[in-house]
Amino acid sequence: MRSRTNTGVSAVAIAATASLALAACGGAGGPQASSSGGLTDDKIVIGLLNDQSGVYKDLSGPNSKVAIELAIADYKAKHGDKAVAKNIEVVATDHQNKADVANSKAQEMYDRQKADIILDVPNSAAALAVATQAKNKKKLYINIGAGTTALTGASCNKYTFHWAYNTAVLARGTAGTITKEGGKKWNIVYPDYAFGQDMNKSFTAEIEKAGGTVGQSIASPFPSDNFATFITKAGEGDPDVVGSMHAGGDLINFVKQFNQSPLKGQVELAVGLMFITDIHSLGVDQFAGTQFTDAWYWNFDEQNKKWADRFTEKTNTRPSFAHAANYSAAMNYLEAVQEAGTDDADAVVAKLEGKKINDVFLRNGEIRKGDHAVTHDVYLAKVKSSAPEEWDYEEIVKTIPAAEGYGEANPACNLG
Amino acid sequence: MSAFIQYTLQGLAAGGFYALSALGLAVIFGVLGVVNFSHGACYMLGAVISAVLLAELGIGFWAALVVVPIVMFGFGVLMERLFVRWLLALDPLYNFLLTFGLTLIIVEAVKQRYGVSGLPYEIPAGLGGQVTVGSVNLSVYAIFACVFSVVVCLAVGLLMTRTRIGMIVRASTENADRTRAFGINVTRWVTPVFGFGIALAGLAGVLAAPTRAITAEMGSNFIIILFAVVVIGGLGSILGAVVAGFLVGLVEAYGVAYAPAYAQIVIFVLMAAVILVRPSGLFGREEVA
Repeated sequence: MRSRTNTGVSAVAIAATASLALAACGGAGGPQASSSGGLTDDKIVIGLLNDQSGVYKDLSGPNSKVAIELAIADYKAKHGDKAVAKNIEVVATDHQNKADVANSKAQEMYDRQKADIILDVPNSAAALAVATQAKNKKKLYINIGAGTTALTGASCNKYTFHWAYNTAVLARGTAGTITKEGGKKWNIVYPDYAFGQDMNKSFTAEIEKAGGTVGQSIASPFPSDNFATFITKAGEGDPDVVGSMHAGGDLINFVKQFNQSPLKGQVELAVGLMFITDIHSLGVDQFAGTQFTDAWYWNFDEQNKKWADRFTEKTNTRPSFAHAANYSAAMNYLEAVQEAGTDDADAVVAKLEGKKINDVFLRNGEIRKGDHAVTHDVYLAKVKSSAPEEWDYEEIVKTIPAAEGYGEANPACNLG
Repeated sequence: MSAFIQYTLQGLAAGGFYALSALGLAVIFGVLGVVNFSHGACYMLGAVISAVLLAELGIGFWAALVVVPIVMFGFGVLMERLFVRWLLALDPLYNFLLTFGLTLIIVEAVKQRYGVSGLPYEIPAGLGGQVTVGSVNLSVYAIFACVFSVVVCLAVGLLMTRTRIGMIVRASTENADRTRAFGINVTRWVTPVFGFGIALAGLAGVLAAPTRAITAEMGSNFIIILFAVVVIGGLGSILGAVVAGFLVGLVEAYGVAYAPAYAQIVIFVLMAAVILVRPSGLFGREEVA
């Protein structure tokens, strides 16, 4: 019995070591000579690099490929025989939410798969790794899924664009609006990693700017599934609003347990970043009344709805804002290639910079020259108390104009 | 002071849940000597099956408390028959690696079928709301989950120590050859015990469904804490799993309350401390080999 017990203990140790080793294990790919130039290979390759199997799979993942294919179809239909890019290919790769994997996959996409552009890349650490590759290879990169402001700040570069949202926009939209509407006293719970810390900082700054105060900022381990005590702590000091900066499974755990706490109905719950897929997975009544900033909503108007119907036909699910943004980014990239008459990265960047765009995703959109943030109207949304139809979960309370949501170009950015 | 009582109650509520979840792990190790890494995945399956039963067949929480453990028992029996039994004679490490591999397969299969953002599940009618005494309050569901867990733990403890079945099972593990000499078919008992352990993991999953995010990954982090619980309590000890479950629940709640950033580290500091002082855990048997 004793020997068995000891073996068991060492087995536990081995398991821990094994999982650490697995977590640290990334793909390797050596750098290779890059090639560029106008439609030299007679083909445009769009690389989709995102989470194809993990926590961010549903909110973007493989369905973003469908969105990009819709863009290609639209581009071809629009330009017909006059299209500069006749042969367009999409390659999708899984970055497993790991910065090192994203880094080597991006190299592989640019070099071996001859990608002219990489799209999406959720997860801030992965997003920044790819920005460095884009800069080194002098190839285009449009980020959609990541929130970090560093993409258009300290880590910005000539070839990197940030299409859909960032943490500062979420903070201005949600924290600014709720505080101005009377939710003055906040307590914040945030997951203790780069994204959570960034969100906590952005939210605190906006709350204070709007005349509110943050009583406590509580860091929670990531990931975590028992939030009961965090919620009790967040209720101390009689706050008006509790802000959860969690994402994915953590967010669902937090909201479920918040709803079972006495704070439900007494204190307003504000959520930092939420995707429609989160509401879908937890059920609309669990989130009812929760306010958050959304970059796009499928049922906002006829134009959105029409595009969403096309998307649904192919995927059997409604699009998140990330799906629509991938469509918009791919479409505008192809249009820029059309205008430039070449896929040469510098020529395409010149066409994109400063461009004003109104399309299914961007309203009053502009590709800001100063920092390559793509500014556009965003929306303060409130979760409905019941869904009139499946996926119809959001009521748009307010349109936040681009200038208000995005503010000034980031002074930390030097495009070089 | 009331805040302290509040934290204590929350710690106890979480502890009951940890105890139940770790129980199956303890039973399987105690009887088969298998460190079942797939326990977290089976816990996840329990929750996912509850959600699917509700969404597709309209089978609610109370029925799921019965149905899911039966389904998971069958799953456990299959696992044992098809895979685990062939490696029992070898070093326990082999079965550990086997169950690790099975975990990856189960988790990926669930992701393929049900996606990654989770499934909805409501709190069952009658268990919503809070109980408030003075300035202290606790959700009705947390109390229910805790009491239910303790009752199940007690029942399993009694089954193992006070009944003939329990006696045979324990004898089989202590000394299989001598037990055989008494005319008992030892191998007959191995399969149901494994199934029983897996059923307990499934039961914990049902209990988690109304209050946790039901995702394919929900067991991946959880299993690490469960290992800490069984190591603290003593691998294979049922009483140990229960006591350590409550201990870990309390330590975690106090950690969150007074040093939030270190809440999870404290659990592993506790584990390290226990191993240093008593390598076989609080209730592990230190027999002379």
